Amino acid sequence: MAFFTTRVSRAGKHLHGGRFTYAVLTLFTIGSLFPLVWTAIAASRSSARLAETPPPFWFGGNLLSNLGAAWSDANMGKALFNTVFVAGTIAASTVLFATLAGFAFAKLRFRARNLLLLLVIGTMMVPPQLSVVPLFMAIAELQWTNQLQAVILPMMVSAFGVFFMRQYLISALPTELIEAARVDGAHSLRVIWHVVFPIARPAMAVLGMLTFVMAWNEFFWPIIALTQDNPTVQVALTGLGRGYIPDQSVITAGALLGTLPLLAAFALFGKQIVGGIMQGAVKG
Amino acid sequence: MTSERLDTAPTAPPQGAVPLPPLRPGPAAGREQRRAARRSRRYQRDARWSPYALIAPFFVFFAAFGLFPLLYTGWASLHRVSLHTPTRMEWAGLHNYTRLLEDEFFWNALRNTFTIGLISTVPQLLMALGLAHLLNYRLHGSMFFRVAMLTPYATSVAAATLVFAMLYGRDFGMINWALGLVGIDSIDWESGTWTSQAAVSTIVIWRWTGYNALIYLAAMQAVPDDLYESAALDGASRWQQFIHVTIPSLRPTILFTVVVSTIGATQLFGEPLLFGGSQTGGASHQYQTLGLYLYEQGWFNYHLGRAAAIAWSMFLILIVIGLLYWLVARRLRKSH
Repeated sequence: MAFFTTRVSRAGKHLHGGRFTYAVLTLFTIGSLFPLVWTAIAASRSSARLAETPPPFWFGGNLLSNLGAAWSDANMGKALFNTVFVAGTIAASTVLFATLAGFAFAKLRFRARNLLLLLVIGTMMVPPQLSVVPLFMAIAELQWTNQLQAVILPMMVSAFGVFFMRQYLISALPTELIEAARVDGAHSLRVIWHVVFPIARPAMAVLGMLTFVMAWNEFFWPIIALTQDNPTVQVALTGLGRGYIPDQSVITAGALLGTLPLLAAFALFGKQIVGGIMQGAVKG
Repeated sequence: MTSERLDTAPTAPPQGAVPLPPLRPGPAAGREQRRAARRSRRYQRDARWSPYALIAPFFVFFAAFGLFPLLYTGWASLHRVSLHTPTRMEWAGLHNYTRLLEDEFFWNALRNTFTIGLISTVPQLLMALGLAHLLNYRLHGSMFFRVAMLTPYATSVAAATLVFAMLYGRDFGMINWALGLVGIDSIDWESGTWTSQAAVSTIVIWRWTGYNALIYLAAMQAVPDDLYESAALDGASRWQQFIHVTIPSLRPTILFTVVVSTIGATQLFGEPLLFGGSQTGGASHQYQTLGLYLYEQGWFNYHLGRAAAIAWSMFLILIVIGLLYWLVARRLRKSH
């Protein structure tokens, strides 16, 4: 039998990848990383060097001056501060509300639970374009145009987040643990604080990172709600490309500035982010 | 959620036993009992209503910033609304919709959204499936490959598109330079219809292939080993196992990614806006999508009512596509 099983050719996770596997994966890795590396190369060159053939393949010496130009042209300092604030607030509130609602959907019984959960999942299908006109009318009425709360408030909760936390807590949080706490006389808030939050912490961290990345990159609504005077990074970047003769190396420097913080996060927490996406996927 | 209402709640205890202190003889017993009863009542109230309190924040925000605007968009689409005076609405009936039906740029945007969606989603998901299959082998540095392939996901639409627009540059872009090496003449990517749509699609493909590959990989790792083992014993080659074991096991996940990608493709906006740097999507609107057309009508031509009508048309199209997928999924399930 052992002889036979070594002979059959079996797909799946126990088999070592061959040379072909490594070759294809390496090719795709290069394809994934090259545009980013080239962004850094272009940002370190002069605009004149970018308008030559062949285009540059290695770093030049103009990185700091280009970054400086992008910083001042595109209001980048303010944009980065705004984006950190916006994405941080959105991530924090999404994680908090998603954990509370996810816990309720995962472990508590109440009327209309399944119907409400279906509604949560259904909202994931609605594109943001569908609400942009009334939202714009509302912020015009409230005179919130160009103010950060106009971007933050519509994104404070996320259906994906609720679903993600629910799926995690269903298996990670033993029902007996909640019951034991209940028997000890703990009311809901105590249960949440002392049992749910500690157990949910890894998933909360992952959801926080995913939400932060998404909010950092949000484009459609901020470009309508904000202007270049008080931009997020994404809004500021569109301003960079709009000059009469756009300076290509300054544009790439701006793109680099706007992407670098997330790339740093990927370098540090890449493993956890990958794990989080895969976890959300299996159960989703 | 008033307390009067709570006190009338049925007394059947929900899950878990209500802690009752042991009854001790003596004068204190009556007080103890009353306290226990009070605690038990408070407990039931808590258990009955706390779920609603926990989900309330989500639904309050969702109602205010999701559901209400969605419905109000439908209402606004029946009005003439100018961007200058967004709060003054003038009844127009179905005028916005009839105008859209006669508008060649609407049909053009619809067609472009469809083709760009197709040529970005299909290769993207096929490549993701293949990559996931390869990533499912035991590999040295498998985490490195996964993180590297997910990195484009961290790049914003704005940054990615600005850089790709340069790579696709007509005179000094790297892509034309590389094509020149193999003897192909420079292509003016931005001004052609097919070339610009293909270029916009590659940005989408670049950003999302790794993400989808990880989703497929997660589903593949959940496929039980014995399915492969018995297939292998039946003499199935690796390719046959991929077709007859992996793909069928992944069917729900594939459907999920198809739905999500379709929704994403319908909303395509940032890539065509920044690829050529204007809301028209090229000199002859050759890569203007519905999302971009909505933006142009609302925020450049100041017709918010018409923008709302475009938004609702997108919604109707999505519903039709959703129904189609549902029918296909049902048919597939039945045939197996």
